[in-house]
Amino acid sequence: MTETEQLDDDVAIEAATEVLPLDAWHRAKGGRMVEFAGYWMPIQYEGIMAEHLWVRENAGLFDVSHMGQLALSGDKVAEALETLVPGDISALKPGRMRYSLLLDEDGGILDDLMITNEGDQFGIVVNGAVKWEDIGHLRENLPDDITLNHNEDYGLLALQGPKAVDALARLVPEAASLVFMQAARATWNGHAIGLSRSGYTGEDGFEISLPNEALTDFADALCAMDEVKPIGLGARDSLRLEAGLPLYGHDLDPTIDPVEGDLAFAISKRRREEGGFPGAARILGHLADGSPRKRVGLLVDGKLPVRGGAKLFDGNTEIGVVTSGGFAPSVGAPIAMGYVPTGLSEPGTAVAAEVRGKRVACTVAAMPFVPHNYVRKTGA
Amino acid sequence: MPRYYTEEHEWIDVDGDVATVGITDFAQGQLGDIVFVEVPDTGAELSQGGDAAVVESVKAASDVYAPVDGTVTEGNSQLEEDPALVNSDPEGEGWFFRLALSDKSQLDGLMDAKAYKAFCDAL
Repeated sequence: MTETEQLDDDVAIEAATEVLPLDAWHRAKGGRMVEFAGYWMPIQYEGIMAEHLWVRENAGLFDVSHMGQLALSGDKVAEALETLVPGDISALKPGRMRYSLLLDEDGGILDDLMITNEGDQFGIVVNGAVKWEDIGHLRENLPDDITLNHNEDYGLLALQGPKAVDALARLVPEAASLVFMQAARATWNGHAIGLSRSGYTGEDGFEISLPNEALTDFADALCAMDEVKPIGLGARDSLRLEAGLPLYGHDLDPTIDPVEGDLAFAISKRRREEGGFPGAARILGHLADGSPRKRVGLLVDGKLPVRGGAKLFDGNTEIGVVTSGGFAPSVGAPIAMGYVPTGLSEPGTAVAAEVRGKRVACTVAAMPFVPHNYVRKTGA
Repeated sequence: MPRYYTEEHEWIDVDGDVATVGITDFAQGQLGDIVFVEVPDTGAELSQGGDAAVVESVKAASDVYAPVDGTVTEGNSQLEEDPALVNSDPEGEGWFFRLALSDKSQLDGLMDAKAYKAFCDAL
């Protein structure tokens, strides 16, 4: 019996796999460690299905310290960033964050990232698998008087689920006053920490940036609470898939532009009018006239999981490819996302995926597959 | 009824010329939650080490190989409705398929329970 597909299938192992600050903590909690993005990370603790469902009902703690935490400071940082991403960064108020995309000169997606106006600087969280490439791209393309700091002394935890706010507010009361896509600084046990109400599961939740030396105590304090359990990468993947959120390197890559990736919301109104971001000609053209292909959700008939790499067909014609997919614990069936011609991207369109030589019927579906539960007003 | 094991974590129970094949408890533990099992069709000719079945967990698809040569006499149709049987009872109700053995001498190359345990402990 051999695994034919692995979560870390596309991670080139160029250097020795690195160890995250919470490595021993994960192992002590029973985490099964796998290589991901160049790090040993827990794929699961008690089991992906149970962990997934726990996050939808309670609160799950994820270690995402492999992600790159960058900070940009200097004069006119927002304006400089806008030469590399299509978001309205100048309009981002202190304490607010925005999902954006690092674009190459053709408008292809180099990475998806979160940009936060932290008042005195802009914080950027980038994917672990491409963080070194991102840092190189930013250094090369930003003016020399802008300082880029890669904060390797800090880890990043995500606490996700409907009970996340109650759990986190016991340790950091400021958490309860944030709404979705707001960020703040706080103090915990004398440590300076950063908080944001954001995440990658579709649930309410937070991401917490804190010094490496504080991670173990903070994780222990959270997991001592009845509603919090540690959750591995496996459930992180199935949760984000149900939430319709793309995974960079699978659902997004440099051949795909934001319109094709169904991420046009990340191109702010002012930027659409003014252009001035990489690949603007292609992207604005796709916005006006439609793109040749589009990322869609797929509901899969039957029980056979359809995974990334499966070809998609309309009759006998190959039309596209599945970029990620698997069993969706909260849906109770397999789901997938992939690329199809825009003419076949309307929800309800019947297509077929090919798995081990067999055709599996799929239906294009609106995403998310499971409704988002973001908290946009406090007290709601 | 002697039970043999492979290094690929299949078990095989031999009863005369017919054998029942499944994956071990160790294997199901490694795979995690199993959501789909594809068993071979009755009449399929399997050869030792060749693809026999596919087991899909939440995270990945894995091949199950034929531990010996043989002709499939039955696939476990229960797994279609309840693939999680492989998690709950991997070495019993969660069997994958039965086959008529072509060459019983191939069994000599497989492990017994004690050897398999030692093999897993060394992983």
